[in-house]
Amino acid sequence: MTAVVAERDRILAALGEVRDPELDEPITTLGFVSTCVVSAAGDVVVRLRLPTYFCAPNFAFLMVADAYDVVSAVPAVRSVDVALEDHFASAEINAGVAARAGFAVSFAGEAIGELEELRRTFLTKAVLAGTDQVCRPLLAAGLDPAALVTMTIGDTPPSAQLERLCRRRAELGLRTDPAAPLLIDPGTGESITGAAVSLHLARARASRVGIEANTGICRGMLRTRYGTTGEGEEEDEG
Amino acid sequence: MYEKNGEKYFVVDTHMHYWNAAPDNWVEGAEQYAKGWIECFYGYHGLGPEDTRWPLDKYQKYSEDDLMTDVFDKGHVDIAIFQPTNLTEWYKEGFNTTERDAILFEKHPGKFVLNTRWDPREGEDGLKTLRHNVERYGCKGVKLYTAEWREGSRGWKLTDPEAYKYLEACQELGITNIHAHKGPTIWPLDKDAFDMTDIDHAATDFPGLNFIVEHSGIPRIDDFCYMATQEPNVYAGLSVVVGALMHARPRFFARCMGELLFWVGEDKMTFGSDYAIWEPKWQVEGFVDWDFPDDEAFSDYPRLGTDGKKKILGLNAAKLYGIEVPEEYQLGYGKPAAQDDAKLVTQE
Repeated sequence: MTAVVAERDRILAALGEVRDPELDEPITTLGFVSTCVVSAAGDVVVRLRLPTYFCAPNFAFLMVADAYDVVSAVPAVRSVDVALEDHFASAEINAGVAARAGFAVSFAGEAIGELEELRRTFLTKAVLAGTDQVCRPLLAAGLDPAALVTMTIGDTPPSAQLERLCRRRAELGLRTDPAAPLLIDPGTGESITGAAVSLHLARARASRVGIEANTGICRGMLRTRYGTTGEGEEEDEG
Repeated sequence: MYEKNGEKYFVVDTHMHYWNAAPDNWVEGAEQYAKGWIECFYGYHGLGPEDTRWPLDKYQKYSEDDLMTDVFDKGHVDIAIFQPTNLTEWYKEGFNTTERDAILFEKHPGKFVLNTRWDPREGEDGLKTLRHNVERYGCKGVKLYTAEWREGSRGWKLTDPEAYKYLEACQELGITNIHAHKGPTIWPLDKDAFDMTDIDHAATDFPGLNFIVEHSGIPRIDDFCYMATQEPNVYAGLSVVVGALMHARPRFFARCMGELLFWVGEDKMTFGSDYAIWEPKWQVEGFVDWDFPDDEAFSDYPRLGTDGKKKILGLNAAKLYGIEVPEEYQLGYGKPAAQDDAKLVTQE
């Protein structure tokens, strides 16, 4: 029994690596995992749920496919059954993911191409939002905004926010070495200098507000739709 | 109108509906979509205060009396602007069509402004209908859904040549207010349907038209802000912003308001209740009472005072639609000019 519990914890930890690409938060803490069951033989059943019947199917597909991939990669897992429930495109998404068919094939005629470009767009926003998360406490502590221009990753005081920002930058193929500038254009990787700094910081703040407001609405609607707490769900600031 | 602490607010609800989403209106074979759609709306409804929530059956189809009471008698609204949503592929008579809204518009003169809609893929027929609606109802605004999937077409852009024909027709017919919905959509499936660059271009090419982005681009409020700050004729519609966040997520609401005030400004923001998603009463009252939390985190945002609230709740929209506002609701009514007003002059 303890072995099963430990295995279930490993599965949930793996699911915690899957993010809603738009909200940039794990599907576990968001409450999107309604069921996570592991048998003694290593058969895993995961059920996912979303705030509405009409949540964007492109993002939904990415989350179901990512969940399938991370659970499959956990050692000692024998079989994986991951499915999205209560969604207008559940059938197509679940069949497509189970068959490892990719998005365009799963929705032949209704979609063109895969979703990596979409993922990049939202990673770019996540890097901007992360920049605000890192810079705001520094400025609040009295740092001169002009000093940000010459700051590198290595100069920046270590924090969970900085680690997160570096992970997002790495996913986009952007520099994260100690000599890399802290302020960069996430589209080009060029450093931000001079008069562009204040506008860049304002955009970073707006990106963060956008993501957080969306998350707030999604969490509220999930709570209205389902009265129950998801596996690994965590409350947010509100 | 709404009065609080001696201040009088003229209220224009720029975004509301009169829908029928009851099972008797569901298209055969599309029931799951018709049901899913209204239940999705009902999820938003749940973000309002508990004592303002309706049972689902009333929410699917409310009466004329409900609307008149909720919006005008209890909701403090002086003028309400209908924004149609057709969805005829799921609802037999449509969800909330120009024609359905017109019933109330014609029955209650002076209460409503009736907006219509168009879709450039309807070609010459669509232009004819548009002309007819303007002649019959005096429409000065339209609601557009650029992401709508139609007969194999994967949505459209305001910058499409066909759309420019319609925008030119709007100019010619005296339609000046283009309400663009850039919010959640369903098809096409792979695209990020919220992209707003087409509004940016159209706003530049049609400086005589006003582009009101509904829901302020949520869930892309950051892209919206960045675009709106560069275009003098782009406005932020606050429908959903107030309804979904002010009660349920007050800190996020404050941040969104802060961003909008910073990038767009109080002269270009308009209130909309999105009735019947939410009733206007608690939104109007809450908005008048609202202020930023007393917290360092909000210190770099511009403040919103009584005058700004008056503009957002009604005066800005009244200007856009040429609605006459009685003098007692105007800014500065009944107050003598303060000495401070002349400060800049005397300093020179």
